[in-house]
Amino acid sequence: MKARVHITLKNGVLDPQGKAVEHALHGLGFGGVSGVRQGKFIELNLTSTDRVAAKKEVEDMCRALLANTVIENYAVEVVD
Amino acid sequence: MKAAVIVFPGSNCDRDIAIALEQSMGKPPAMVWHRDSELPKVDLIAVPGGFSYGDYLRCGAMAAHSPIMREVKRAAEKGTRILGICNGFQVITEAGLLDGVLMRNKDLRFICKDVHLRVEDAKSPFTAGYKKDEVIRVPIAHAEGNFFTDEDTLKRIEDKGMVAFRYATPEGDVTQDANPNGSLNNIAGIFNDKRTVLGMMPHPERLSDPTLGGTDGRKMFDGLVEALS
Repeated sequence: MKARVHITLKNGVLDPQGKAVEHALHGLGFGGVSGVRQGKFIELNLTSTDRVAAKKEVEDMCRALLANTVIENYAVEVVD
Repeated sequence: MKAAVIVFPGSNCDRDIAIALEQSMGKPPAMVWHRDSELPKVDLIAVPGGFSYGDYLRCGAMAAHSPIMREVKRAAEKGTRILGICNGFQVITEAGLLDGVLMRNKDLRFICKDVHLRVEDAKSPFTAGYKKDEVIRVPIAHAEGNFFTDEDTLKRIEDKGMVAFRYATPEGDVTQDANPNGSLNNIAGIFNDKRTVLGMMPHPERLSDPTLGGTDGRKMFDGLVEALS
């Protein structure tokens, strides 16, 4: 079983990296771009065969290490 | 006073802080490797700067969960003083010993230069060598020193007087121009609410000998020795 984790900055947290990417895109002529926010995508394999338990386990991982909940949100998706 | 310095793979200020501590203590601190699971009995634990675990995932995140940090947290609960400098500040913040988080500098650049700090609180053992509102010169060297937290936590930090140092002009004015990295309220260093833990981005150990161009940092270590001996 595989899990996919998206880690994104919470609303209201400044994202200077996203801003820099946005400026670079404008520089390349993509003028219609705004609100660029940069996050992380983590994929991991699990030995668990129980989807509910697997999701809970990955959410525990997010709180323990993968995300810093002061500034980041996480979303876990379990796929076969 | 007895002290220990925690060494992670990628720490690079561990020897600087050891030399600065030895200078003030008259004896060297214990150097404790991150895989160790036992801490010597000490009065002060220093978590040094560097790039622990290559700054993977987030600065300080991996180091915060290394075996020795469990012991550091246990010691902190018992009131052992903990000093985290630069990456050490990031590590102890990720470990939950301090509020907030250190984010990427506002202008995205790694900044290596001397800055001026205004001492906000001189009552802790860490700052006992200084006077309140004294301005000191200390170097910074970081890309992720932008202190951030939510509004409620920031209010609590300010209301409880948990700010140790703020970035300031040489005259001691706390201005946006004096803020090198975008930190909220120019915060350069904070305490926990009991003032037994201090985290700071600037490096006092790098200006603690006249050969290095200044001694403003030495007062921190002399003050600690006097307060904790």
